[in-house]
Amino acid sequence: MNRFFAFVIKEFRHIYRDRRTMLILFGMPVIQVLLFGFVLTNEIKNAAIAILDPSKDEASLRLTSKLLSSGYFRLERSLASADALEPAFRQGKIKLALVFPPGFSHTLRHDGTAQLQLIGDASDPNTATTLINYANAIILDFQREQVALSNPNAPGAPPGIRVETRMRYNPEQKAVFNFVPGVMTLILMLVSAMMTSITLAREKELGTMEVLLVSPLQPLQILLGKTAPYLALSFLNTVLVVALGMLVFGMPMRGSFLLLGLECLLYMFVALSLGIFISTRAKTQMVAMFASALGLMMPTILLSGFLFPRESMPLLLQIISVLFPATWFIPIIKGVMIKGVGLEYLWKETLVLALMALGFIGLSLRNFKNRLE
Amino acid sequence: MDYVIQTEQLTKRFGTFTAVNAISFAVTRGEVFGFLGANGAGKTTALKMLTGLLTPSSGRATVAGFDVWRQPEAVKRRIGYMSQRFSLYEDLTVRENIRLYGGIYGLKRAAIRVKTADLLERLDIGAYADQLVAGLPLGWRQKLAFSVALLHEPRIVFLDEPTSGVDPLTRRQFWDLIYEAAHAGVTLMITTHYMDEAEYCDRVSIMVDGKIEALDTPRNMKAAFGAEDMDEVFRLLARATATND
Repeated sequence: MNRFFAFVIKEFRHIYRDRRTMLILFGMPVIQVLLFGFVLTNEIKNAAIAILDPSKDEASLRLTSKLLSSGYFRLERSLASADALEPAFRQGKIKLALVFPPGFSHTLRHDGTAQLQLIGDASDPNTATTLINYANAIILDFQREQVALSNPNAPGAPPGIRVETRMRYNPEQKAVFNFVPGVMTLILMLVSAMMTSITLAREKELGTMEVLLVSPLQPLQILLGKTAPYLALSFLNTVLVVALGMLVFGMPMRGSFLLLGLECLLYMFVALSLGIFISTRAKTQMVAMFASALGLMMPTILLSGFLFPRESMPLLLQIISVLFPATWFIPIIKGVMIKGVGLEYLWKETLVLALMALGFIGLSLRNFKNRLE
Repeated sequence: MDYVIQTEQLTKRFGTFTAVNAISFAVTRGEVFGFLGANGAGKTTALKMLTGLLTPSSGRATVAGFDVWRQPEAVKRRIGYMSQRFSLYEDLTVRENIRLYGGIYGLKRAAIRVKTADLLERLDIGAYADQLVAGLPLGWRQKLAFSVALLHEPRIVFLDEPTSGVDPLTRRQFWDLIYEAAHAGVTLMITTHYMDEAEYCDRVSIMVDGKIEALDTPRNMKAAFGAEDMDEVFRLLARATATND
């Protein structure tokens, strides 16, 4: 036991003496959470729009003020003619333009219908779609008011279907609810898998691994000694990310901390064994780093449902995404933190992760022993 | 005789390639045994089998009286190892390196403290005890690495090209350390490609293509080949085996 202890102390020394490692371990999580939380939000606030309004009558002005007071839009330009539309979009000054026909009020009152044009800048399709949807919703609302105004004597509500939507668990649709679990998944993968694979590859590259293998330390002790410090630091990181998410971004915690902790531990085991697996194959730190970055980080970001919904991926990618632990871990965190559910709803994901952990640990142990041959 | 290393028909095959082909030799206590051969002749593979890093394909080897195949743990506790690449951690201080190896080999804390003080004094590097190894000159590091390999009082120390890249003066000092250990009864098995160093060994074995082609004292070997120095012996031997093929 003393042997193992001496070995673990050495690993901690490696970590705190290396500024780069320290930066990745503690700078990265904080920066990522803050960046994702503040910058990369799906919510639209104060989007710059242009309005072309040749009629400038009662109805058009009322609609304009309704749009601008919603908080989603900000008037960047009032256009005098349709010719000014193109330059405004080209300069990137506006994301959306609303074009009124001449005599908007008049047409609306007499014909009971009028045409409006919404033009979005689809060079950023996601934003454009979101903006158009927001604008449409406001216009629809305006239309209902208009009907009520023109028929003040109509009995009850105007005909038509009123859809009332409720967004459960995240009524304000805060992006943070999506990013905090995503960043946690990413950070744990980064620290556990990438750092472990690099630190093991380093011993190999420097030739110190041979010295360790010749010593009375068992291969399993070497693996545990190398990974234990990272396991501890990963856990610390998890606490840091969850705390930041809750305190800075108002992420809820509706489930049990104990369950969350245990699930994180399980995911870390999977990531660590993946790191060991990579290091048994990689000869140098560089190779280990690229293998983890491309083989683990990219899929974690792109395929796990963190940034893009899995449902809208091509079937092949959906199948591939099943192989990555992050795909199973994200629903677990969301389940525990946002929905507050327990193991009775998350047992399937947990089981998959547990099987992955066993599989990868077995595989990398076998590989680690084989490498001595 | 008191043999500390003994091999019988020790063989290692990788697929169809035979890296070490049925080598048999014995090394006695306190002997400085040189293990020579060109790159790829099989000396590193042989060394790896003796240190338990590789399992033999066939044949037998005992080190310190234990079978390397069946009792690798007993062997590992009784051997030291220093490789041509670094055995020390550059981002740890001299003292931390010593403590680490002492700890790995299961020495008690008090014993490590005594040995550390002793080692620092013997190498005269007390002033650098708390500096990172990265800052030490190469020659010092090699001497330190060797002393660290001796820390747990092994019966045998395996040295894999320990002096490569070191200047002649430091190499000479390094050999003084080797003799000192041999006098204390430690057996040293050393691979080297410096032929002048072969002359310093008590006995030398020369491997060619996985086989031991010659094994004797440097003096006898030079006499048998009618050669001036070990370098010439080596060249004559290489030529002889090449024409035999």
